[in-house]
Amino acid sequence: MSKSVIEMPPKGGFSFDLCKRNEMLAKKGVSPPSFRKTGTTIVGLIFQDGVILGADTRATEGPIVCDKNCEKIHYMAPNIYCCGAGTAADTEAVTDMVSSQLQLHRYHTGRESRVVTALTLLKRHLFNYQGYVSAALVLGGVDVTGPHLHTIYPHGSTDTLPFATMGSGSLAAMAVFESKYKEGLTRDEGIKLVTEAICSGIFNDLGSGSNVDICVITKGAKEYLRNHLQPNPRTYTSSKGYSFPKKTEVLLTKITPLKEKVEIIEGGDAMEE
Amino acid sequence: MNFMASKQPENSLLGPEADSQRTLYPYVTGTSVVALKYKDGILMAADMGGSYGSTLRYKSVERMKSIGKHSLLGASGEISDFQEILRYLDELILYDNMWDDGNSLGPKEVHNYLTRVMYNRRNKFNPLWNSLVLGGVKNGQKYLGTVSMIGVNFEDNHVATGFGNHLARPILRQEWHENLSYEDGVRLLEKCMRVLLYRDRSAINKLQIAKITEEGTTISRPYSLKTYWEFSAFANPAQGAVGTW
Repeated sequence: MSKSVIEMPPKGGFSFDLCKRNEMLAKKGVSPPSFRKTGTTIVGLIFQDGVILGADTRATEGPIVCDKNCEKIHYMAPNIYCCGAGTAADTEAVTDMVSSQLQLHRYHTGRESRVVTALTLLKRHLFNYQGYVSAALVLGGVDVTGPHLHTIYPHGSTDTLPFATMGSGSLAAMAVFESKYKEGLTRDEGIKLVTEAICSGIFNDLGSGSNVDICVITKGAKEYLRNHLQPNPRTYTSSKGYSFPKKTEVLLTKITPLKEKVEIIEGGDAMEE
Repeated sequence: MNFMASKQPENSLLGPEADSQRTLYPYVTGTSVVALKYKDGILMAADMGGSYGSTLRYKSVERMKSIGKHSLLGASGEISDFQEILRYLDELILYDNMWDDGNSLGPKEVHNYLTRVMYNRRNKFNPLWNSLVLGGVKNGQKYLGTVSMIGVNFEDNHVATGFGNHLARPILRQEWHENLSYEDGVRLLEKCMRVLLYRDRSAINKLQIAKITEEGTTISRPYSLKTYWEFSAFANPAQGAVGTW
């Protein structure tokens, strides 16, 4: 293809130029690197004073657990938090980006951020990328209009729900919610139910595991309970640790200072240009 | 007694003509079956829907049947294959009765027979497209097992097929215990069936619960579960978030 004289400005979105090459490579047996996913259980529920979000802490790369204790509950605003499932890079990047946008918006307006603002920013971005940004989110927070809980799917659709679950363990967690949720739960009942739902995901889904993280958001206050429950401790640990049987004997010590090959010019200029 | 090969197999099972000689996809399907052991025997629940793809075609399909004196079979998957399995089992029980020796096939034996049938069919690339649940009591011993269409079989205190594996088993793992009373068992099964009704698109609100004990089998009349839709967030979901539902 001859190079045209007019340079087209780069269009937004992803460039799919390398897809054909990738297909050809895959046929020859070269597999692409697997990306880190958070095969996950994330949940949220609305209780009488606000919102409780919960998440497990296992991150997987194909069949391997690459991070036993990662953080899936991301900060968006002082009164809004977001749990993320799907490709880890996508959930972190998208929540970071919208968090910064919310901060700028707060400076602009001088008011507390609203959950629907975060919701709209996230869904617009995800829809723009037509599902290729693989982030499934549970967004919860309390603002002037009250407590809100939303789910956002990778293609950009959203739901407003009293209780929600996402991720590979969502069915196990939803089974617990559907059988035990009622309106007007107290804080302790809510935390207990969220913990039960995440534990159901941890023990019944292979993509979820390790510990339970909880975040309680109420009007004017938030509590981030990192590793609220640790139902998978190491079973056998030696109490005395490991001690090496015999130290290496030192026979001779000889220190040779390295010769300086660089001349140090005193008072050089700071980096310019 | 040739009930293994219903047709003469072709030399090659691959190729377009051979496809008409083996099952490729299911047509009329039943959804999950959930079962658990309780104090006196086995409790099993299944709804009565037969879906034809995404249409709910048949609403009175009995997916649980009693087999012989000691067993109860529940099936999900292709209904016609289930009916064929019932015919095989009928023949099996008949031949067993003809011995007239006072002994009768118990649930363990029937389960083993079904496993062999399912596995051999899958080895010929012509499976019976079902997931079966086999429960029963013989001589005071309770037995509950399952066989899938590829021949995977195991025995456990509570089993489920299809969606039930994802939605009902977590609940059963948490709340099942030894020596459940009849009422507790039914309540637990209904809890599982209610979650399945909410979250499985092919489930319908018309179910039967079957009980098998040393005395015999009872399959209940069809009934429906109460559901709750009054959460305040469902009343006006778009309030404050225009464009959502």
